[in-house]
Amino acid sequence: MKRLAIGASIAVAALAVSFSAQADEEAELVVNEELEISTKAAAPKGSALDELLSGWRFRTDETQALQMDDFDNPSFIFVEQAEDLWTKVDGTEGKSCASCHEDVAKFKGLRTQLPRYDEEAGKVYTMENYINECRTERMGAEAWGWSKVKMTAMTALISVQSRGMPVHVKTDGKAAPTYELGKELYYTRVGQLDMSCANCHEDNYGNMIRADHLSQGHINGFPTYRLKNSKLNSVQGRFKGCMKNIRATPYKVGGAEFTALELYVASRGNGLAVESPSVRN
Amino acid sequence: MAKPRVKVPKTAAAGDVVTIKTLINHPMESGQRKDKEGNKIPRKIINKFEASFNGAEVISVDIGPAVSTNPYFQFRFTVNETGDLAFKWTDDDGSITETTKTITVE
Repeated sequence: MKRLAIGASIAVAALAVSFSAQADEEAELVVNEELEISTKAAAPKGSALDELLSGWRFRTDETQALQMDDFDNPSFIFVEQAEDLWTKVDGTEGKSCASCHEDVAKFKGLRTQLPRYDEEAGKVYTMENYINECRTERMGAEAWGWSKVKMTAMTALISVQSRGMPVHVKTDGKAAPTYELGKELYYTRVGQLDMSCANCHEDNYGNMIRADHLSQGHINGFPTYRLKNSKLNSVQGRFKGCMKNIRATPYKVGGAEFTALELYVASRGNGLAVESPSVRN
Repeated sequence: MAKPRVKVPKTAAAGDVVTIKTLINHPMESGQRKDKEGNKIPRKIINKFEASFNGAEVISVDIGPAVSTNPYFQFRFTVNETGDLAFKWTDDDGSITETTKTITVE
């Protein structure tokens, strides 16, 4: 009888584990059955998190599977479109991206460093800033909208070159003031719900907020294809969505606040592998 | 330009039923829409999709304008021998996109 009772309690414990917030604790991300991507990393020094967990680990098995194969990953439709954009001449200078940069594979590793302080511009630049600077300054073309299809497709194409490499954005030196601003914004409560980023993504990751499963809020998988709106989403577009959810007035996409926040949030994920373009819900 | 993507197993056992997935990046403009000035946007769709294995037809699909952007086709067929699976998409403007994958029977 006693043995039976022990057996029953083990069964209960097993049930509790299988219903825990994370879909499958043991699952590992392997893309196309060949590229192993680490979805866990040791927390960087001074991090408020015990261990870094990619947003991939917080998704359901079905969503995880979509990212494990480039055929199934809908992001690659946009990556293919960006390959055409890469060689398409646009603007008054008669240039395409390929005219200067030749092969996009040259940008391997770039995604891991962005956002970063740009000496010439004298401020922190995101990938979108670099692309639009190229378009307006060197191609004589119109700037792309920050979260529009062409821009997110292009950031996906450039980011996928760095897939699997660990994120390591610099937060010291001239980037430090921007980093500090980002950190301040991260911990500042805003909006009618009076919440900060940290309230969800630091204090409550792994828990459900109504139907949403809270992740640690890393941006190593951006631009990300969301099943919710069936398109690629930029980091700052996602920030905007978050702010609306807590009934705050979002900062301007592409503005100083969101760029600072992007740098700070990227630095929180230093060590996690780039997953772009990822699939999330 | 239309870009095809196919997912075909590299190897199979003789008699295996294999699943083939295909997708082509294409706007599939139906011909029903009008632009901002009210002019009809001309129809431009993929109107035929075919696959053949070692020259023998496996599947042939006539496609109408109701099929949405980036048409996706999945089908299954029985592999008995090593061979090349050739895919062919025909555009309204007559351009043809082709790709071939080899299946090795072990």
